[in-house]
Amino acid sequence: MNVIAVLWLRQLKRYVRSRARIVGALGQPLLFLLGLGFGLGPVFEKAGQGNYIQFLAPGVVAMTVLFTSVFSGIELIWDRQFGFLKETLVAPVSRLTIMSGRVLGGATVAVVQGLIVVAISFVAGFRVADWTAIPLALLFMALLALLFTALGTAIASLLSDFQGFQLIMNFLVMPTFFLSGALFPMRDLPWALNILVRINPMSYGVDGLRGALTGISFFSPALDMSVLAVVAACLLLLGGYLFSRIQL
Amino acid sequence: MPSMIHVEHLVKNYGTFTAVGDISFDVEAGEIFAFLGPNGAGKTTTIKILTTLLKPTSGSVEIDGLDPTIHQNEVRKRFGIVFQDPSLDDELTAYENMDIHGVLYKVPRRIRVERIESLLKLVELWDRRNDRAKTFSGGMRRRLEIARGLLHTPKILFLDEPTLGLDPQTRNHLWSHVRKLNEEERVTVFLTTHYMEEAERVARRIAIIDHGRIVAQGSPEELKAQTGSDTLEQAFLMLTGSSIRDEEASPLDRMRNMSRLWSRR
Repeated sequence: MNVIAVLWLRQLKRYVRSRARIVGALGQPLLFLLGLGFGLGPVFEKAGQGNYIQFLAPGVVAMTVLFTSVFSGIELIWDRQFGFLKETLVAPVSRLTIMSGRVLGGATVAVVQGLIVVAISFVAGFRVADWTAIPLALLFMALLALLFTALGTAIASLLSDFQGFQLIMNFLVMPTFFLSGALFPMRDLPWALNILVRINPMSYGVDGLRGALTGISFFSPALDMSVLAVVAACLLLLGGYLFSRIQL
Repeated sequence: MPSMIHVEHLVKNYGTFTAVGDISFDVEAGEIFAFLGPNGAGKTTTIKILTTLLKPTSGSVEIDGLDPTIHQNEVRKRFGIVFQDPSLDDELTAYENMDIHGVLYKVPRRIRVERIESLLKLVELWDRRNDRAKTFSGGMRRRLEIARGLLHTPKILFLDEPTLGLDPQTRNHLWSHVRKLNEEERVTVFLTTHYMEEAERVARRIAIIDHGRIVAQGSPEELKAQTGSDTLEQAFLMLTGSSIRDEEASPLDRMRNMSRLWSRR
């Protein structure tokens, strides 16, 4: 078996084996879906925007992918502290290979977690507009997952413990989520928010996913896809560079 | 005899702190070499430099004639290491930990399967091969790490305090195996330990390091004669003084406490 495959499989095994983590990570999307979805639904509908669950579900799926992939990337800190990272770093394998295995594994876990939330949102009343667009939705989830796993890995390469973790959550991950179009339509926003939303790569992931799942999008799918692909490529390069510079 | 490890004027500084200050030594091929010193003397830093994990500030290092800062992968193929700190994936089973290692070192599948079985039997973990590492005691983890370090038949074996926390039975077992490897397969062994009698028993040559400098080098007999002591422990204390060294709590210790709090493992 090849090195990337074995490291990918390792991430998956770790994911499947920590049931607490799977269930725990589903609590938040469930809350958003039920609390926000049903709570704000009537207002949303009165404002003439249609069914809020239908609008929100893709956003919550994207959120799940975002959180899971950043965490997967940051898991590197865990490996560093508990020593497994050393085991991989003294092996006669390039850092790029190790990082690829990690990122692919983390991204796969994030997509799986996102799919579970898609399933849950069906229970909440979400309906897919066009089933043939599912592969496109998967592609958007995969791009989002790669982008944010790479980002998590890049950040984790610079940190040696979890001291800065809260900082990352509050000043990076949460804003990335709230300042995307996950919770609100991107039309007619105040100018400052409009700018923030437009420079946030997450917005394009949410929009692309929403377009694929519901048929309604704000930007064009081609634009969404290009922005995500370019940003993901840049972050993979950055992550690869920072990862290759780790000294223990 | 060609040297397997050649270190010349090696220095490693962290800011203004000197972890390793100008050390030189040679380890011959097929030799068992012990690196002894109190806590914080620079042993682990030296091992990290020899094993490509750290870049030296200055000085030169050669492993089997190769510079670890340049020919990283070539050097990595040549050694196996048992780290001072744990380095297993706790969520994986004993077998999976071995298997990943085998893949990382490109051990062909057939040989991998055979060697994993014989090594796990050697460290008496074959019956527990499908249990996750997190269910293992300290001694069992150590044994698993040792088996793992031998999987790819390295030319050099680095053992950084491998017997820490092991009972006398396991320690005995381990050292007799290391000696056997050294005699039969000509594996060069570079070890650190706090147990002087172990070093005296297995090592042909010993270097004593303190405050980042080598204070004495030679066979156990030479070191004893040099200090006029009866035991190596006495010689060690005479060379390094008897004050107690503290190591600062590392981020690792803090993490361990945190993880205990979260009771994840």
